[in-house]
Amino acid sequence: MNTTLSNIIRFIVFIFLQVIIFNNINLFGYVNPYPYLLFILLFPVNGNKNTLLISSFLLGLIIDMFSNSGGIHAMASIILAFIRPNLFRFAFGISYEYQTVRIADKISSERITFVLLSVFIHHFVLFFFEYFRISLFFTIVSRALISTLLTFVFCLLIIYFIKPSKR
Amino acid sequence: MQQILNFFIKNSYKLLFLLLLGISFTLIVKSHSYHRSNYINSANAFTGGVYEKINAGQEYLSLKEKNALLAEENARLKEILFNKKDTILDIKKITFNDAPFYTVKKAKVIKNSYNVRENYLTINAGEKSNIKTNMGVVNERGIVGIIEKTSPNYATLISILNIRLRVNAKIKNSDHFGSLTWDGKNVGYAQLIDVPRLASIKKGDSIVTGAESDIFPENIPIGKIDKVFIDKKTNYYTINVRLFNDMTALGYVYIIENKSKDEKQKLEEQTQTTAK
Repeated sequence: MNTTLSNIIRFIVFIFLQVIIFNNINLFGYVNPYPYLLFILLFPVNGNKNTLLISSFLLGLIIDMFSNSGGIHAMASIILAFIRPNLFRFAFGISYEYQTVRIADKISSERITFVLLSVFIHHFVLFFFEYFRISLFFTIVSRALISTLLTFVFCLLIIYFIKPSKR
Repeated sequence: MQQILNFFIKNSYKLLFLLLLGISFTLIVKSHSYHRSNYINSANAFTGGVYEKINAGQEYLSLKEKNALLAEENARLKEILFNKKDTILDIKKITFNDAPFYTVKKAKVIKNSYNVRENYLTINAGEKSNIKTNMGVVNERGIVGIIEKTSPNYATLISILNIRLRVNAKIKNSDHFGSLTWDGKNVGYAQLIDVPRLASIKKGDSIVTGAESDIFPENIPIGKIDKVFIDKKTNYYTINVRLFNDMTALGYVYIIENKSKDEKQKLEEQTQTTAK
């Protein structure tokens, strides 16, 4: 019950933060961070997979409604939610399910790998479908890389702020 | 039957993923075709309402600049007014000839966007204030865009910073026409393409809207010529235009309705059919 409630609160808070603050950063005129994807990463490891999939779809869809972008955020979010177990396995080793992995616990190299990889995959899908043209591949990769760095910084900051409340 | 059910239950997670993937893909494809999706839009009551609240807060921070802009515009209008030889006579003339063609309404941009290749803005006026699709939108510095979709209280407009928009424009001194587009790169510059090689072009010349457009009145400022290229494929000029408007900071805008548009289009259609 407690985790469900905190997930719902996180869902709403991340949408509002994204729409009110992060969509208006526009570093160098066009680079925006998308730290709302932390919702997908912070979802409990043993939580219901279907719930995660549906809630990340809704999360992306609402962000899309606010930024008039069709379904690109929804697409990127469900792909990230779908491959999340594989990323866990890649970053934390095969036995991740038996430990209670908490990304918010401590910032270690494994957690950084996990967050960085997830953010890059999400952003690559996002920009790929925003441009929707193979001929612009290098633009897509470079924009994804720049945004990944920015999002990563904000993700670490948010994780750092969430941490004390977890204890 | 049992086996089919089992298959669905066993693979429910993957099927759910594929279903959601399909939905988002359809939405993406819809949003990339010219006629925008009907479902996902910041002109709806929920997102429009939220943006209006946010904007109400942000407005307090820029009151000073908005005042300065209004004063600037007042000064310009006064200048025009004082330079008329006989104001009273002119007003009569205007009411008889020009006034019925264009009506102007004001609205406020509650959501600006300039960081993607297809930018759409949201304004806080809609069908209730008689805003319809394909009306032109300008502000005190120049053109902003064209109304795309409307809802009762809000409307979205396609910004001039959108790779899909084409506006008829001309060089002010020489009256040569071209199409204004955007290449999706720099928010301060737009491109004027298909300008004939005959046109004499100087850096710093003004670009204004052309008379061919049904949406905008003629001679609304757009920008200044910055650089001129020759398109190797077509042998037309491509001109980089430095926009007068700062598209990253928009406040109040004016929506222009062209009352004579239908009449003009009907006439043109009739001419086309009789010519055939």
